[in-house]
Amino acid sequence: MSLVILTAVLLLLASIGYHVGRSRALAVVGGNPRLLHSLPSYHGYYVALWCGLPALLLVGAWLAFEPTVVRTLVVTTLAESLGGTTSPEQLSLLYNEVRNVASNGHTSASPAVAAAAEHYLHIRGVLFAAVVVLALSAAIAGLGLARRAITAALRTRNRVERVMDALLVAASTVAIFTTIGIVLSLLFESIRFFSAVSLGEFLFGLSWSPQMAIRADQVGSSGAFGAVPLFAGTLLVSAIALLVAVPLGLFSAIYMAEYAAPRFRSVVKPLLEVLAGIPTVVYGFFAALTVAPFLRDLGASLGLTVASESALAAGLVMGIMIIPFVSSLSDDIITAVPQSLREGAFGLGATKSETIIKVVLPAALPGIVGGVLLAASRAIGETMIVVMAAGLSANLTANPLQAVTTVTVQIVTLLVGDQEFDSPKTLAAFALGLVLFCITLVLNVIALHIVRKYREEYD
Amino acid sequence: MTEMVETAAIRATPDALKARLRRRYAAERRFRALGLGAVLLSLSFLGVLLVTIVSNGITAFVQTQIRLEVAFDPAVMGLGADRSADALRSADYGGLVKAAIQSRFPDVESRAELRQLTKLISVQGGGEQLQAAVLADPGLIGSTRALWLIASPDVDMVMKGHVGRDKGAEGARLNDTQLGWLETLEQTGDVALTFNTLLFTRGDSREPELAGLWGAVVGSLYSLSITLLICFPIGVASAVYLEEFAPKNRLTDLIEVNINNLAAVPSVVFGLLGLAIFLNTFGLPRSAPLVGGLVLALISLPTIIIAGRAALKAVPPSIREAALGLGASRLQVTADHVLPLAMPGVLTGTILGMAHALGETAPLLMIGMVAFIVDIPGSPLDPAAVLPVQVYLWADSPERAFVERTSAAIMVLLAFLALMNLAAILLRKKFERRW
Repeated sequence: MSLVILTAVLLLLASIGYHVGRSRALAVVGGNPRLLHSLPSYHGYYVALWCGLPALLLVGAWLAFEPTVVRTLVVTTLAESLGGTTSPEQLSLLYNEVRNVASNGHTSASPAVAAAAEHYLHIRGVLFAAVVVLALSAAIAGLGLARRAITAALRTRNRVERVMDALLVAASTVAIFTTIGIVLSLLFESIRFFSAVSLGEFLFGLSWSPQMAIRADQVGSSGAFGAVPLFAGTLLVSAIALLVAVPLGLFSAIYMAEYAAPRFRSVVKPLLEVLAGIPTVVYGFFAALTVAPFLRDLGASLGLTVASESALAAGLVMGIMIIPFVSSLSDDIITAVPQSLREGAFGLGATKSETIIKVVLPAALPGIVGGVLLAASRAIGETMIVVMAAGLSANLTANPLQAVTTVTVQIVTLLVGDQEFDSPKTLAAFALGLVLFCITLVLNVIALHIVRKYREEYD
Repeated sequence: MTEMVETAAIRATPDALKARLRRRYAAERRFRALGLGAVLLSLSFLGVLLVTIVSNGITAFVQTQIRLEVAFDPAVMGLGADRSADALRSADYGGLVKAAIQSRFPDVESRAELRQLTKLISVQGGGEQLQAAVLADPGLIGSTRALWLIASPDVDMVMKGHVGRDKGAEGARLNDTQLGWLETLEQTGDVALTFNTLLFTRGDSREPELAGLWGAVVGSLYSLSITLLICFPIGVASAVYLEEFAPKNRLTDLIEVNINNLAAVPSVVFGLLGLAIFLNTFGLPRSAPLVGGLVLALISLPTIIIAGRAALKAVPPSIREAALGLGASRLQVTADHVLPLAMPGVLTGTILGMAHALGETAPLLMIGMVAFIVDIPGSPLDPAAVLPVQVYLWADSPERAFVERTSAAIMVLLAFLALMNLAAILLRKKFERRW
């Protein structure tokens, strides 16, 4: 909360700086703005930037480095007070305890931890006070200096624009940093995982049971991390989804692009897109509540045993969800095929369906394949539907009536509720995440490549 | 060549020609019917989905209440002479509720039957109602009032027709004696369905009759505000830079490829990022809307940038050239002319991005927003649930009453999404400009 107040005060100071700069500029030239190099408002922005930017950067740096600094300081003193015999792992556990004690006011059993908690609060208090003083003095100093620097000839417009340019560049690199963040966090934790479990076992092992034993002497304490059943399950569910979505989506797209009257199209197309806008958790609930029992009863009446959490139910519902991806992408591509090709076919006496099958679809094929690949990557990465409808048991099966589990389901179940970050069990989730990230990335790159490379140029 | 031969053959026999034409036209009709069938089937899925949700959830907006004569007896409440607010707050209101229903059926005497009788009413819910009434007016103590109290979920399900009254009906949890009591109450008009205000005022609860959505709605509002605060400035700035300022070089290409790829990364991976960076590295609190908002911001950023660039691209170059010709700098051109003209498009894209973020669930599970949280969050740093996560949590509960609540939560979620999309459509309609 105090951080919010500090930021608000700094922003207030900056807006005061704007007015100070503006009126100062006008005062310098005796109220005649034509004598200024830049518009008075630029002088205002100039002072405001000098006032606000360094101070806010300071606060940002504090936000970024405070946890590390505090941790180092507290852990060092904690280690000293414990006599320097504790291992780094124990220290990090103790540090978590210190933070809990400090933030929730729990009483701790160990006096060392209680002392460290007080030390922790003290350091944080001192650091925050230092930041407040530094930021406020930086803001006021910036305001004063910039105000004094204002002259009629000062090229404030150029300077302000240079800063704005830098800010725009900084904003657009956020996307790069997000990617770097994803890759680094996945890689870092995965490497820790692969130091416990070999890469070969993970990629080619046939059994998956990540439950670790609580005691070391328990049977099967190491868990099994062969991810093949997960890959197979993901593939099975996605394949079912595509079997539903591709024909339905493609035929819908053909009908909408080639046959439908404009009024029908203008009503139905948005309705179909609604399917893509419904949150996946709703589909998951639908699959678990309606589709799975329906399939089970249907199977029972046909003499088949369908698991209550079957791959079929999850895949079917996921297929419904990705219909609009396939249909709207294909629709765009089919509409982009030039009219002259159709007219040529009509002129040779082909019926409309013959034209579509023999002329339009072959021309649109690369785009459609790209769209299907994008839909496949969507299906592989989809989480909530499978979490709620596909089950947890890692069966290595091709039977869609059985329960399977997928990569995304395991990521969720491994991480929900569990807070320790040293066991292979939680780290496995990051390894699975890395696999998922790579597969979807490759699929997307291939899809874009196909669309670009095989696109017919008609102009 | 073969086709020419065939054509010649057909010319020779007009009957064969007609037959062939008929076949081709039949194929044409089949193809067209297939297309229409695909469209209608897809739409019917949408229809079935919505009908299922609405038919399951519509009844959650009302709640069964039972009218009972409540005697505010200080002895039953465990109240001494002390009538301070604290003492009043901690009095035994559950006992009052039980006493009230027992006094309605004085014939019931055996212990087992009394226990069954109290199962008709929500002891905790009724207790809270009575507590609120007493705190508002301490003068009630010692008097007797006829009050409407919340019924138990089992009674609620029977009254709403989700569970049949016959013996052995699916999911039946009331026995014949209990149903008999319920009928007696109904005959005297002491059972009624009223609007369920608790659903919109309370946080989560283990008791289905007391579980509300308000905590999740507030959590969603906090998360989305954070998302908007981060996403909108950064997204607009990125779009402006890439569309208006960026030189064609390696860096710009890299940024563009990056943004397109990020848009296709599964959202659960963003959850892993949030867990590893925001929680483990920066030590931000688990389950907090702040972290949820940050993760959602990263997820919706690509959408907003792509929409923003499209909107900026749609502004014709003549506007830029006119402004440049009058001596404006490039930043002035963008800030004073291009961006205001592109704003409706940018805002539409932002609203759609927000709508997407509102429905996102999986990444929030990763950062611990699945905790069972009763309190309404007071700040973005308090643990909170969000609407889709609440749906997920309730969907996991086995009670029949939670199925109804889950569907109602979905209806509320879909209503929010529909509102946001409607806003986007209206914005586009009102400000759309063809150049």
